Amino acid sequence: MSDANKALPAQPGAKDGDDCVDCSRRKFFSQLGMGSLVVAGAGAGLFTYEYFSPNVLFEASPVVKAGRPDQFAANSVTLDPQTGIYVVNSEKGFYALGAICTHLGCLTAWKPDLDRIACPCHGSQFNREGVKIAGPAPQPLPWLEVTLSDDGYLMVDRSNILNAPKYIKV
Amino acid sequence: MPSFQTEFDRLRATAVWRSIFRSGVGDSNLHNAQAVQQNVFLHLFSVKVRSRVLDFSPTWYLGAFTLVTFLILVATGILLMFYYHPSAPQAYADMKDLQFVVSSGVFLRNLHRWSAHAMVFLVFAHMFKVFYRGAYRPPRQFNWVIGVFLLLITLLLSYTGYLLPWDQLAFWAVTVGSNIAKAVPLMGDRIRFLMLGGHEVNANALLRFYVLHCVILPLAAILLIAVHFWRIRKDGGLYVPERKEP
Repeated sequence: MSDANKALPAQPGAKDGDDCVDCSRRKFFSQLGMGSLVVAGAGAGLFTYEYFSPNVLFEASPVVKAGRPDQFAANSVTLDPQTGIYVVNSEKGFYALGAICTHLGCLTAWKPDLDRIACPCHGSQFNREGVKIAGPAPQPLPWLEVTLSDDGYLMVDRSNILNAPKYIKV
Repeated sequence: MPSFQTEFDRLRATAVWRSIFRSGVGDSNLHNAQAVQQNVFLHLFSVKVRSRVLDFSPTWYLGAFTLVTFLILVATGILLMFYYHPSAPQAYADMKDLQFVVSSGVFLRNLHRWSAHAMVFLVFAHMFKVFYRGAYRPPRQFNWVIGVFLLLITLLLSYTGYLLPWDQLAFWAVTVGSNIAKAVPLMGDRIRFLMLGGHEVNANALLRFYVLHCVILPLAAILLIAVHFWRIRKDGGLYVPERKEP
């Protein structure tokens, strides 16, 4: 409240702490002003968040054409470093694992002499089923959905993580 | 024959000089004080300090050395920007051009890199020096907090600059770093998405890190450095313990 209002004699019927004549109107406008600033600030925050979230991304499709089944030797583990997947040709059938380490996202590598998948960054190791054997990785390597396309290619969907092992017999 | 001194004094008395440097000719205490106080850059600092404060032992000049590395980083960084395109895969080629083709390019790039390492080291050393001398205590506690933010900005500048060479080291360091950010509960995925401008470290991430590294973080650093220096004056100058009487 300004000093000019304080200098006025108290109005009859004025409430405690309400020592100015047109307090309620002034209070209303100041609250309206603050309220509109809050709304504008929230709107600006929302716009900023939306602006920095790209709506269209030029990223690779999650579905990968991994190759023909006869390209993979029996009992082999094949890494495709471009797409970050392993195609495993096992006795039970084909399956695919994500090759990105579940620790901090490095690309793992297949070590045939160790019979293990190993991460170069922090030393995590996995067996060919993706189960962790050593290192800091908190999760096994994910099993990815594999399908056989009509023209006979193994298709791996990197966005579709399986909860249980699934083998593709060809 | 007019001496250099009298000519300089005449120059300082001209209307143009007086319009820029308002304190005018003279070397009285008042003039010296006004020369500091009326200059937009110098007014951040105290007009007078105890001579003891300027000794090596109270500060080891660590804050000043940090400022010097920061100024080197700004100067070399601006020069590097003239040859660097923040786009994939051009960035890597530009970095290699700076090393092998551009005149003095390798000198500027190495100066930028070594100064960056030195700045991180000096900022930590400065912080430890302030901590072990107890210079963070009131009334300087607010300036300590400003310093913590400056430490964070220094580390973020280091981290964003790490991606810009666009080599294997840069790519995997930022892959790992952005996955650490993903570990934040509930909104970790959103934070990583906003940081990288996508789901993977690609051209969007490179551009974002470039803008952060070259514009946003340096501006924030300059702003906080100004407040940091100004607060030294407002908090009574650099901290020097009372001299023990024998």
